[in-house]
Amino acid sequence: MSALTALLVRDMRLAVRVGGGAFMGVLFFLMVVVMVPFAVGPEPALLQRIAPAILWLGALLASLLTLDRLLVSDQEDGSLDLIVMGRVPLELAVAVKALAHWLTTGLPLVMAAPVLGMMLNLNLRASIAVALTLLAGTPALTLIGLVGAALSVTLRRGGLLLAVLVLPLTIPILIFGVAASNDAVSGAMFGTTFTILCGLSLANVVIGPAAAALALRHAE
Amino acid sequence: MRLFASDLTCVRGGREVFAGLGFAVAQGEALVVTGRNGAGKSSLLRMIAGHVRVASGRLDIEGGDPDLTAAEQSHYLGHLDALKPSLSVSENLQFWVRYLGGGGIPQETALRVVGLDGLSDLPAAYLSAGQRRRLSLARLLAVKRPIWLLDEPTSALDAAGQARLAELMQGHLRTGGLIVAATHGPLGLEAAKELRLGEPNTQ
Repeated sequence: MSALTALLVRDMRLAVRVGGGAFMGVLFFLMVVVMVPFAVGPEPALLQRIAPAILWLGALLASLLTLDRLLVSDQEDGSLDLIVMGRVPLELAVAVKALAHWLTTGLPLVMAAPVLGMMLNLNLRASIAVALTLLAGTPALTLIGLVGAALSVTLRRGGLLLAVLVLPLTIPILIFGVAASNDAVSGAMFGTTFTILCGLSLANVVIGPAAAALALRHAE
Repeated sequence: MRLFASDLTCVRGGREVFAGLGFAVAQGEALVVTGRNGAGKSSLLRMIAGHVRVASGRLDIEGGDPDLTAAEQSHYLGHLDALKPSLSVSENLQFWVRYLGGGGIPQETALRVVGLDGLSDLPAAYLSAGQRRRLSLARLLAVKRPIWLLDEPTSALDAAGQARLAELMQGHLRTGGLIVAATHGPLGLEAAKELRLGEPNTQ
């Protein structure tokens, strides 16, 4: 257990230090949301209607932005070799790395979402509802990204390939995330769509680390 | 404990790097792997460490912990130092000790032995190549593993560092360890067996 704690602490420490890029994602998220009114026009009714979609797209792209560092930085300096060789099961090690990544990049997106929602003319209740759907859905984004990162880890400049690999797989998350947000904004309590979103995240908690570990073991 | 291989073949990128390789290293013994560039020295070490697939043949350990693979009982010191520039010297070492399980000498002692005492709060980004190598060596001391796989361990080390490395390796062999080292130059191990790659090999 202390080995996994050590890995979690180290990855979070690296993320918040120089060059870690923990807050790049949330800044990018802010930029995307701020630029939308310039693109579609500042009509409050329109912004309110598309706000959940904008917040979800922004969060999706922002979480993609930082994914390429998830495993590549450890691959480049040889740390990944030692992690693969260690006595800690690789599935748990990559799951902990994904957790550290989510805590430093996914969670800030969730926390920023209510504020950004109000910039898009959502009321406080609706903003918080959208943030809750992000809380349920962003772990799935990180875990799908983990598999993509493991597959592309041995490639030089694999970042673009990673985006192409991962984006199609995130479509179900996007569909149910936006649907759950729209339900919540329109006043319906969290129902089927939100439950499915949680289900997708839970399924990825199981599949993601196992698939990533498999990919890493076969990478040469 | 004994590490042995027979009729080992390594294929990388569709090209056969070596074939029909055999060796055996027992407790307290060192195997020095030599050969021209591209003969497969690093590939052999990475194969023992589990990073390169065994194409055919047998690579196994006898004795040691039956629940652990050869890789899990090995230290791998490759060309890369596995250090994070934004972490300090002691944070880097402490992470590996906690992640890999410790069991060796205390961290402060390990840093002193490799000559890095007094630098423990310095970010690893400011270390020289030789100091980075010394910090990697401290990992071998602070985390206990019976098998040491060393790929060009003397690279970037100064004369004093190389002498210290030779002492550390001899100490490891005396305490029942086992070393497989790839090298071009002398390592300071008198009684080591030699395995020449890229030449007709008799088992």
